[in-house]
Amino acid sequence: MQELSSLFQGFAVVLTPMNIGLMFVGIILGVLIGVLPGLGGANGVAILLPLTFSMSPTSAIVMLSCIYWGALFGGAITSVLFNIPGEPWSVATTFDGYPLAQKGKAGQALTAAFTSSFVGALIAVVMITFLAPLVAKFALKFGAPEFFSVYLLTFCSFVGMGKGSPFKILIAMALGFALAAVGMDTVTGQLRLTFGMTELMRGFDFLIAVIGLFGIGEILLSMEEGLEFSGKSAKINPKVVWETWKELPKYWVTSLRSSLVGMWMGITPGGATPASFMSYGLAKKMSKSGKNFGNGEIEGVVAPETAAHAAGTAALLPMLALGIPGSPTAAVLLGGLLIWGLQPGPLLFVEQKDFVWGLIASMYLGNLVGLIVVLSTVPLFASILRIPFSIIAPVIIVICAIGAYTVHNAMLDIWFMLGFGVMGYVFKKLDYPLAPLVLALVLGDKAEDSFRQAMLVSQGDVMIMFANPLVGSITTLALLMLFWPLISRLIRLVRPAKVDDLAAQQPVD
Amino acid sequence: MSHETPSEDDAPAVARNCTVDAVVAAILLVLGLVVVVEARRLGAGWSSDGPGAGYFPFYIGLIVCISSLGILYQSLLGKKRDTGTFVDRQQLRQVMSVLWPAAVYVLAIMFLGIYVASAIYIALFMIVLGKYPPIKSVILGVVINAIFFLMFEVWFKVPLYKGSLDPLRFLGY
Repeated sequence: MQELSSLFQGFAVVLTPMNIGLMFVGIILGVLIGVLPGLGGANGVAILLPLTFSMSPTSAIVMLSCIYWGALFGGAITSVLFNIPGEPWSVATTFDGYPLAQKGKAGQALTAAFTSSFVGALIAVVMITFLAPLVAKFALKFGAPEFFSVYLLTFCSFVGMGKGSPFKILIAMALGFALAAVGMDTVTGQLRLTFGMTELMRGFDFLIAVIGLFGIGEILLSMEEGLEFSGKSAKINPKVVWETWKELPKYWVTSLRSSLVGMWMGITPGGATPASFMSYGLAKKMSKSGKNFGNGEIEGVVAPETAAHAAGTAALLPMLALGIPGSPTAAVLLGGLLIWGLQPGPLLFVEQKDFVWGLIASMYLGNLVGLIVVLSTVPLFASILRIPFSIIAPVIIVICAIGAYTVHNAMLDIWFMLGFGVMGYVFKKLDYPLAPLVLALVLGDKAEDSFRQAMLVSQGDVMIMFANPLVGSITTLALLMLFWPLISRLIRLVRPAKVDDLAAQQPVD
Repeated sequence: MSHETPSEDDAPAVARNCTVDAVVAAILLVLGLVVVVEARRLGAGWSSDGPGAGYFPFYIGLIVCISSLGILYQSLLGKKRDTGTFVDRQQLRQVMSVLWPAAVYVLAIMFLGIYVASAIYIALFMIVLGKYPPIKSVILGVVINAIFFLMFEVWFKVPLYKGSLDPLRFLGY
């Protein structure tokens, strides 16, 4: 029960007027980011990160994580009202959310979406509260080979669980590592891959990549569709909320199952998008009203939203306990920790108690605040989407440029951002996943360090990755994940699988 | 990158998925080779005090090379290659109508600084692409950037790029 007392200490840290205020600011900014095309959780946090350089780490993470919750909530608004998923993880929400809105039940759909998001997040936070300290304590015993094997598992999971060509996942990942290697080598001090350009000495900052890939890339993609948005309007009044809440406990099995799916996919870097699809698919198969899914079934909104939010929250567990983020947004938050001078990893729970437990406490409060804010302000945010795209698009590009500049006060970074934008657009269209690229870019140096240390210990013998049962089993699991595309092909040869329509609609994240 | 591939006769598609796929894979292959060669130069082997600076990048470059060869094969000779449309002419025009102005905008930042360039960019974007009346567009462009100016320079004290000509010198920030 030590966790509980730590948690209450955390509440004491967070419950200052300043932090509560930042929480509201964060949530509102987050919902705004989630609603606007071209701004998402990852690049929204990346753009706002420089503004927090002068804050105390706890206040900064409270605001930034609230932006993240807000973005998770915000994605549902556009899916239900406009049939446009604001974020990749809300694609599955459109399947039943939009039909509900067409029937004039937008209020119910949104209430169900927000409430189940809240429930998913809450269950995941409870899990983090009790599991994260244990994982961190366990990880304190890790040496370099163990850490490298965990990195390996993280990246191999992308190949094993990702959708699309395994080659493309590998390339995205390796490209991230290669970009991370540009600049000064942390061990020998040699300049790598700079080709004599002094400007490249600084390397490629992942924040620039995130802003370009997700921000500019997304704008270019939405430009293809043209400039018009059309959507349904929604009014949420307390009566609708109450009616929907009375109905929701019926779906507790779905909620619980979806949270479990979400938490699993969040801790392993499967991410929120596959989690939402998987849980929608499971609910469709197992629910009594499964046949009616796709025509406006509340349960079809509950399942993906719960899972997405649970996954988004659970992605912070490996980030906190191991220093390995489970999603691009968690990666950006991890980058924030480094900038604020905190060393992410298992020691964080020992050395920065206030920070860690403040963050966990703010997850509870932030989601509660988020639920209240979104339920009361939906019409306002929906009206933002009615602002014509020809005003929103240039403003977002300007915001991205400002965000890219403020990272290092470097003009060249704005050009890089534009370059990453074009890359993001082309990669997205060709189904190259962006999440592994970003994670590799963030973790590049650390993964490389642990690899070199491990090699140093063993004098270049790769078998150190199987030296003891712990590191051996993690490495084996990682290799299994890496070759899963081949293994599953072999299995399919023996036993042909039936075609899954739902999986075809899942975007490559 | 998409506009590098020439259009096929009169088809509305400017490029096919497999073509662009192959072009991108070729670019990545070159990148991978560059990384491998550079890593070899830095010392991809074992130096006196442990793995050299190029040890890790060498394998990374190798992964890029092998994977891009795989994609190259799939997109050119594979049985299931995707001949769907990558962009049609209309879409390409839309995308370019954002991309070129954005590039010019970044160029303008170098001389005029972020605030002035952004105001002009937003106003022109609204007038040309959004068909808004010029007065409304200019007012909105100026107001938005005035808010940014107050936010960054005055409240958060984060100075943004003023450009080599620094047209806002008179404000004293």
